[in-house]
Amino acid sequence: MIESLSLHKPHIEHWLVLSAILFAIGLYGLLSRRNAIGILMSIELMLNSAILNLAAFNRFVAPASVDGQIMALFVTAVAAAEAVVGMAIFVAIFRHRRIIDVNRMDLMKD
Amino acid sequence: MEQLSFVFRNAWLIPAIPLISFAVLGLLVSPISKRLAGIIGTVAIFISAAFSFLLAWSYFHSPAGREHTALITWTCEWLRYQTGLTVNIGVLVDPISVLLMIVVTTVSALVHLYSIGYMHGDEGYGRFFTYLNLFTFSMLGLVVAPNIIQMYICWELVGVSSFLLIGFHYQKPAAVAASNKAFIVTRFADSGFLVGILILGYYGYRLFGEFAPAAASAAVKNGVTNLQPFDFLYLNNPAVLAKLASINLHVFDISLLTAAMVLVFMGAAGKSAMFPLHIWLPDAMEGPTPVSALIHAATMVVAGVYLVARLFPAFAASGTALLVVAYVGAFTSIFAAIIGITQDDIKRVLAFSTLSQLGYMMLALGVATMEHPLGYSASMFHLFTHAFFKALLFLAAGAVIHAVNTNNIWEMGGLAKRLPVTHGTFLVATLAISGIWPFAGFFSKDEILASALAGGHYVVFAVALAVAGMTALYMFRIYFVTFWGKSRSDTAGHAHEAPVVMLLPLVVLAILSVVAGFVNFSNYVSIGEHPEHHGINPTVAVSATIAALTGIILAVFFYTGQTDRAAAMSRLLGRIYTLIKQKFYIDEIYLFITRRILFGFIARPFAWFDRNVVDGGVNLSAWITRTTGRELRYLQTGQVQVYSLWFVGGMLFLLLVLWAGAR
Repeated sequence: MIESLSLHKPHIEHWLVLSAILFAIGLYGLLSRRNAIGILMSIELMLNSAILNLAAFNRFVAPASVDGQIMALFVTAVAAAEAVVGMAIFVAIFRHRRIIDVNRMDLMKD
Repeated sequence: MEQLSFVFRNAWLIPAIPLISFAVLGLLVSPISKRLAGIIGTVAIFISAAFSFLLAWSYFHSPAGREHTALITWTCEWLRYQTGLTVNIGVLVDPISVLLMIVVTTVSALVHLYSIGYMHGDEGYGRFFTYLNLFTFSMLGLVVAPNIIQMYICWELVGVSSFLLIGFHYQKPAAVAASNKAFIVTRFADSGFLVGILILGYYGYRLFGEFAPAAASAAVKNGVTNLQPFDFLYLNNPAVLAKLASINLHVFDISLLTAAMVLVFMGAAGKSAMFPLHIWLPDAMEGPTPVSALIHAATMVVAGVYLVARLFPAFAASGTALLVVAYVGAFTSIFAAIIGITQDDIKRVLAFSTLSQLGYMMLALGVATMEHPLGYSASMFHLFTHAFFKALLFLAAGAVIHAVNTNNIWEMGGLAKRLPVTHGTFLVATLAISGIWPFAGFFSKDEILASALAGGHYVVFAVALAVAGMTALYMFRIYFVTFWGKSRSDTAGHAHEAPVVMLLPLVVLAILSVVAGFVNFSNYVSIGEHPEHHGINPTVAVSATIAALTGIILAVFFYTGQTDRAAAMSRLLGRIYTLIKQKFYIDEIYLFITRRILFGFIARPFAWFDRNVVDGGVNLSAWITRTTGRELRYLQTGQVQVYSLWFVGGMLFLLLVLWAGAR
């Protein structure tokens, strides 16, 4: 089976399916995790699935250009910044209220 | 056309002076000095009256006056809907408007003078003159109206003034009820008038393009440069009327014109208190007596007659509408005369007499045609003479009431010696209204009877003749009971003559009541191409005089000296007498219809519908909104994860839709 797999080079469909699986896992985590850190990690997962898409399309649709790769780098940078801001907010909330459970963070309805 | 003289160009001053005086009195003078208010109000009307006489003299001595041509002497734009559809206000000078201006200003001036004495010491002295000035302005505005809109506005203004003056003693519940009744009944009638105006206005405007050029070129001799669809000169144009009369409504097979004119006549019948809209006038006697004399005898109540006369070509073009006028007039005149015989309140007798005489004027208009306009002249003639002797009767009755403090004729008696001037003038007016030569009423009644006979309306003629007899009977009844015999109460035994300021108008009106009949009226007021000149018709004159003398003899038989015969007669008639005395229970029928039928079967279901269905609908929409809000509130948990779940769900749903759509 390994051999048969190694004989096939992965094509764009494979990458897209992988990306979709990653995105779905991330989405599930986003909706179901109670821990704020876990939600942040799920978001990273979803962003990475998007990056994977960009890189795959770059490779298989327009191999001569580097647009997709550059976009992927941008997204990575933005994701890092977003993670920093998100973590900072959670740390602030934790310091203030001693909680990290998002079920109890329901101040937006007031 | 030739340059109009100074008097014509400034004819607008005639209504304007009372208006200015009204504003000045109401805002400035009457809070400061009541006495001054009376003087200023009276002087203003006298100036207006002098101007009216000047205008009448100039008009009837001008070429236009000799040919009975209408002149629009002053006009200005008042309301512009769009180009070609504007409403003007202006001054129309033609024989009947000049006639009415004279009548209104003369009677109004004398009533003002009389009121200085009559209202002396009354709390609302200043207010009274303010209202009287308002009324005089409104009535003059109505009279000079060159278009139907201005007429309608002033029509309502006189209604308001009448309301204010009937309810002048607003502490008296009866006066308040009477003023409400008068206003509501006339307003109800005016709704018909308004619909009539709208029909005439709508079709008049639609046909304006077709007929305006011809009508406008015909109107140039009237001094009109911009003819409007609401102008009487346009609405009375024969071509327009022929076109309107040719449109069949397919309801009862009547033409559009007939429908419109009958509706207009409904307004006229309300204002002139024609049966069955007459119920307000007897109650209106709750107002002060000068008001009854001015508004409810001489001027405002003839506005209906004037309206029919003003639109006479239109009524004539629709023969049916004119027949309605004739028969409603005739019926009212005999109906009111019968009731008048049995009433005990001196002012109510006079009120029913007014109803009866207004019916006379209406029937005279009803029997006239454009070819034989004698009835038209006769009606206006009777309006003219009636204004003087009826105002005189009311003012004299006012002097009597002033002296004895009661309206009931059975508490008077023997006043001839105590009130000699009042007695003399009252007798003159009574003879005038009874139609005895040479008093004014004889000539105008004669002309009305002659026109009915000449028009071939024998039923109307017979009714009018009977009414002439009854008029003499009920008038001499109150005359004998009030002034002859012995005093039947203490106050009547110690009555004193009124002050000179009250007697002077009586004397002036008495003189007018004698001489007004000698005016060769149809020379001045007529309509159509062939004015008819009327001499005394011996048959008519003799029969009318016999009818009047019969009435007088009956009155002498029943009411001089003792009253046993009258009492025996009323016992003999029994139920019929009660029926008449209770005014045929018309008021009760009205109450039954309004309370039981209108309120019970129409107002109540409507109220139920309004409260439950209309309000229910509004409440239902509010309930839906509130409940939806309450239920949707639970969606807002404040938890971002729930929001994102909805967001993802929505996105998936959209994707599903797109996917399904793409297939």
